[in-house]
Amino acid sequence: MLYRENGQFKTSYADDQQIFPIAQDRWLIIGLLVFAFIGVPLLVDEYLFRAILIPFLILSLAALGVNILVGFCGQITLGAGAFMAVGAYAAYNFHIRVDGMPLLVSFLLGGLTSALVGIFFGIPSLRVRGLYLAVATLAAQFFTDWVFLRVPWFTDNASSGSVSVSNLHILSWEIASPLDKYLFCLALLTVFALAAKNMTRCAVGRQWMAIRDMDVAAEVIGIRPMFAKLSAFAVSSFYVGIAGALWGFIHLASWEPAAFSVDRSFQLLFMVIIGGLGSVMGSFFGAAFIVILPIALNQFLPALGGLFGMTISTAGISHAELIIFGALIIFFLIKEPHGIARLWSTGKEKLRLWPFPH
Amino acid sequence: MGFFVETLIGGLMAGMLYSLVALGFVLIFKASGVFNFAQGAMVLFAALAMARFAVWIPGWLGIDNALLGNILAFLAAGGLMFAVAWVIERLVLRHLVNQEGATLLMATLGIAYILEGLGTSIFGSDIYKIDIGMPKDPVMILEGTFEGGLLINKEDFVAALIAAVLVGLLTLFFQKTSTGRALRAVADDHQAAQSIGIPLNRIWVIVWCVAGVVALVAGVIWGSKLGVQFSLATVALRALPVVILGGLTSVPGAILGGLIIGVGEKLSEVYLGPHIGGGIEIWFSYQLALVFLLFRPQGLFGEKIIDRV
Repeated sequence: MLYRENGQFKTSYADDQQIFPIAQDRWLIIGLLVFAFIGVPLLVDEYLFRAILIPFLILSLAALGVNILVGFCGQITLGAGAFMAVGAYAAYNFHIRVDGMPLLVSFLLGGLTSALVGIFFGIPSLRVRGLYLAVATLAAQFFTDWVFLRVPWFTDNASSGSVSVSNLHILSWEIASPLDKYLFCLALLTVFALAAKNMTRCAVGRQWMAIRDMDVAAEVIGIRPMFAKLSAFAVSSFYVGIAGALWGFIHLASWEPAAFSVDRSFQLLFMVIIGGLGSVMGSFFGAAFIVILPIALNQFLPALGGLFGMTISTAGISHAELIIFGALIIFFLIKEPHGIARLWSTGKEKLRLWPFPH
Repeated sequence: MGFFVETLIGGLMAGMLYSLVALGFVLIFKASGVFNFAQGAMVLFAALAMARFAVWIPGWLGIDNALLGNILAFLAAGGLMFAVAWVIERLVLRHLVNQEGATLLMATLGIAYILEGLGTSIFGSDIYKIDIGMPKDPVMILEGTFEGGLLINKEDFVAALIAAVLVGLLTLFFQKTSTGRALRAVADDHQAAQSIGIPLNRIWVIVWCVAGVVALVAGVIWGSKLGVQFSLATVALRALPVVILGGLTSVPGAILGGLIIGVGEKLSEVYLGPHIGGGIEIWFSYQLALVFLLFRPQGLFGEKIIDRV
C-alpha cells in the first residue's frame, strides 16, 4: 500500500536509469542521509560516537572495498587488513614528510598507494583463483605486517613502533571532537558509497560481474580479464586504503601494525559475507552487525549472568563472546547464505504486496 | 658446510611438523571441498585436551604411571575430537552442502572461534606442558664427515619419525581399507559416490575424525615442543602456504610442500634474514608459495584445473 510504484511513470532515459527508480526508495535514502547528518548529531552522546558510529562508518567503507573485490569481481581476498595498513602508513608518511600537506590529499595519496600495492598483489589472480588466491592474498597480509614492524623508515623511526597524528584540520575546520570526526567520516563515506554504487552499474562494474560469474566465458565475449581483475583490485584497495587511513588518523589517532592484523582481514570478509556479497547495501549491514555484536554481547552477557545469579568473570565473558560470535556467524551462514541484504530485498518484495499478498 | 647441512636438517624436521598440520587441511578438502580454517583451532583444542587430561585422568583414577596416564589422556582427547567431528558435521556441514567455497570458509572460521572459546573456557587459558617423555638433549652426529659434527635435536627427530609413521598409517588406511576406498571415491566425485550407495554424511564424519586425530598428533608434538598456548592456533596460518604449494588435493603434496617450506624458511631466516632484518620466515614461505603458484597454479601435485564454459 505504502510501497509500490503504481503511477510512477518513467518518461525519459534518465528516469529509467536512476539509482533508485522508486520514489519511496529515494525519499527513504534522502531521509536517512538527513537523519545521519543532522538528526544523529543532535541525539547521540560522545560514547556512542566513539565506540560504535565512527568504527561503523570506517569499517563500512572498508567492507565496501572488500565487497567490490569479493562480491562483484569474485576474487576472494584475505589481505584486506594489509591494504588498510598500506593506506594508513602511506597517508601518515605523506602527512608528516610533506610540509603543509592537506589532510584530504594525504588520504587520497594513501588510497592511491594502496591501490598500486593492490595491483601488485593482484597479479597472482591472473593465474590462480578461488581458495588458492585467498591464500595468495595472505602473502600481502604477512608481508605488510612485517614491513611496518621492521622497517623503521615507514614509522618515521619511532622507537616504540607506534605512530601518532594530531592536530588534524581541513582548511580551518579542526577535526577534534567525536562529532567532527563522525561528520568527516560520514561525508567521505557518502561520496565513496555513491561512487561505488555507480561504478557497479557502469561498464567496468558489469565487466567485474561477468568475470565473477564465469571468467572464461567473459573472456570469450571480449572482456579483458587482466584489466577487469586488476581494476577491481585497484579500486578495492583504494577504498580499503582510505578506510585504513581513516581508521588510523580519525579513530585511533595513534596505532601500531597490530591494528591491521590478519584478524582485521577476516573481520572484513565476515562483514561482506554476512552483509551480502555483491551488494553495496550489504556492506553497511555487515559492518553494523560485526561492529555492534561484540559490544552488545559485552553489555548483555553480564546482565544475563546476573539474571541467573551467576557472576561471570571477565575472561569467561570474553570466551563466551567468542563462542557466541562463532555460533551466530554459522547460524547466519546456514539460515541466510546470501546475507542480510537478501533479507532486505525479500522484505521489500513483501512490502510491495502488503497488505494484500494474493 | 656443516652449518648448512645442520640448517637443512632443522628445516626438514620443522617441515615435517608443517606437513602434519597441512595434512589435516588436505584430508578435509579432498573429501568435502571445505577449506578448513578451523584446523589450527582443532590443533589447539586437541593439545589443550591432551595436556589437561594428562593431569586430570591420573588424578581421578589414582594412576601413578606416567605412560599409562598419557595413553589414557591421548585416548580421551581422541574421543573428544571424534565428538567434535560428529557435532561439526551434524550441526554445520550438513546444512551447508553445495554452498560456495567462501561461505564454507567463513563457516569454518566460525567453528574456529567456537573451538578456541570452548577450549579455553573448559581447559583454562594458561600455558600448559605436555610431557610425553620426548628426549630433549641434542646429539652430535657425523663428526667424521663434517668439521665439528652436526648438532641434531633428538626431539625433532622423534617428532619427524612420529609424523612419518602417521603418514604411513594414513596411506595404508586410504589405500587398503574399504572405508579408505570410500573416502577416495567421495573425494573423486561426490555424486558418483553417492549413486553407488556411499553415505556422504558418514564419510564426512569419518574424514573430520581423521583430521581430528591428525590435529591431535600435531598438537601433541607441537605442544611438547613449544608448550600448549593460544598461539598454537596460528600454526594453521603457517601451514597454509604448505597446502597451496603442494596442491590442495594431494597428500604427497602436503608432505613435500611441508619439507620445501620448512627448508625454505630456515635457510631464508639464516642466510637472508640478517641482511633485511629478522623475523622474515612468516612471510617468506608465503612468497615462496606464491612464486610456485605463478608457474603451477594448481600446486605441485594438485589436480589440473580444467575450465569448461
